[in-house]
Amino acid sequence: MIEFRSVTKTYPDGTVAVADFDLVVPPHRTTVLVGSSGSGKTTLLRMINRMVEPTSGTIEIDGTSVLDRDPVQLRRSIGYVLQNGGLLPHQRVIDNVTTVLRLTGTPKRAARERALEVLDVVGLDRSLAERYPSQLSGGQQQRVGVARALAADPNILLMDEPFGAVDPIVRAELQTETLRLQQELNKTVVFVTHDVDEAFLLGDQVVILQEGAHVAQIGSPSEIIENPASEFVASFIGVERGTRALHTKRTDRGTVLVDTAGRTQGVLVEGTA
Amino acid sequence: MNLFADAIAWIFSPDRATGALPLSEAIGTHLAFTAVAVLLAALLAVPAGWVIGHTGRGREFAVALSGAARAVPSFGLVLLLVLLLGVTHKVAASTTAFVLLAVPPILAGAYTGVEAVDRRVVDGARSVGMTPGQVLRKVEVPLGLPLLIGGLRSATLQVVATVTLAGYVGSWGLGFYIVQGIQLRDFSQILGAALVIVVLAVVLDLLFALLERAVVPRGVSARRAEQSDPARRRRRREVATSAT
Repeated sequence: MIEFRSVTKTYPDGTVAVADFDLVVPPHRTTVLVGSSGSGKTTLLRMINRMVEPTSGTIEIDGTSVLDRDPVQLRRSIGYVLQNGGLLPHQRVIDNVTTVLRLTGTPKRAARERALEVLDVVGLDRSLAERYPSQLSGGQQQRVGVARALAADPNILLMDEPFGAVDPIVRAELQTETLRLQQELNKTVVFVTHDVDEAFLLGDQVVILQEGAHVAQIGSPSEIIENPASEFVASFIGVERGTRALHTKRTDRGTVLVDTAGRTQGVLVEGTA
Repeated sequence: MNLFADAIAWIFSPDRATGALPLSEAIGTHLAFTAVAVLLAALLAVPAGWVIGHTGRGREFAVALSGAARAVPSFGLVLLLVLLLGVTHKVAASTTAFVLLAVPPILAGAYTGVEAVDRRVVDGARSVGMTPGQVLRKVEVPLGLPLLIGGLRSATLQVVATVTLAGYVGSWGLGFYIVQGIQLRDFSQILGAALVIVVLAVVLDLLFALLERAVVPRGVSARRAEQSDPARRRRRREVATSAT
């Protein structure tokens, strides 16, 4: 469990990135922080592994404040996936994946074996192990990034807009893979995105953020769509447009659902989900 | 044209193997001065440059130093140091002057190399739990190496040309022939020695050019080649698939 307690981050130039933020991140679930740029979501994420230090307030992992832990040791114990992969361009895929294991003193051979296993887990062919990151596609690089984060088997996985830089088809594929991985591995995942659809697809708990990391609403995707807490949330998630605003239309074969553009999106099936 | 022919004849004359200062010895001393000066300068400037690049501190100082050093007249510096350290320490004085000349370009190469590393790569390295020292050693130094070698390259060129001045303060190196030639009004000797210095400079420059290419990390050069050369990319892919 990760707990933010009245966390504030003010930058030297006076910008308030995060103001008095509280949040409980439940274990073994995916929590998605979603908001537009400037909402402080990445700052929040980076405070968990002390890449950013809070100005005031505390962040606790299982009851221990992260500020009491050595930042380097803390970061090695938490998986972190960056937007561009953040891979080392001068090292082969296998060496990128073993980075954390080697830093924590795992013998080379054991680390390599573990890395090859993790490549299987993230769906990368073992033959790519000897390539350099620049020889891989964007989607493959992102999988290497996930493999590197998972290699040391951390309990917590932080993902900072990991699919922001890949094309929509690959993104959809990686999102599905993330859901599968989470079912298999059961990590505590904190995921940052500006894409509401991605947030609702991946999140067990979704946190919608306004400027200054002000929480607009927290809840499961269903709770938020069914009962948006404010005008801001309603407009941010787009309940009144696209494929979220559906009317019913009666046809000879039953009731279908039609979106605002007049396209039929699905069939209404009686019963409870 | 005769002057050039005479100069070349001077270089290849059998007299160059004998006499007070054989040509091979002069070349050896010249190169030794250059090597020692660049090496000492590198020992000072490379660690300093890495620390400046890594921390971002002292950058203004380094920039100002490199700028100011370009304006220092090397001849004046050599003579000044000989006067300061005394004529009994002519070797130390001239070497110090050459070291001072070599420091700025090496310093600039070291810190710009580290600075030029993609901040996202550094951020990634930190976020997986590398200590600042590990980030420097495993990421910033290897990725910044080509620019550092570039700095060593310009330092070496500058020093190899300036070591000629050692001929003024002592009877060393190729500069001695030039100084002596001026006194004897022997123009073929002056031009011959100058030509040898030019050849040394060009050869050293070529060696550094090769080294600069060799130290580009493989993953990085692979990307460069792929972006610039489709034929090579195809070949690489064939190699890669046949290997798997």
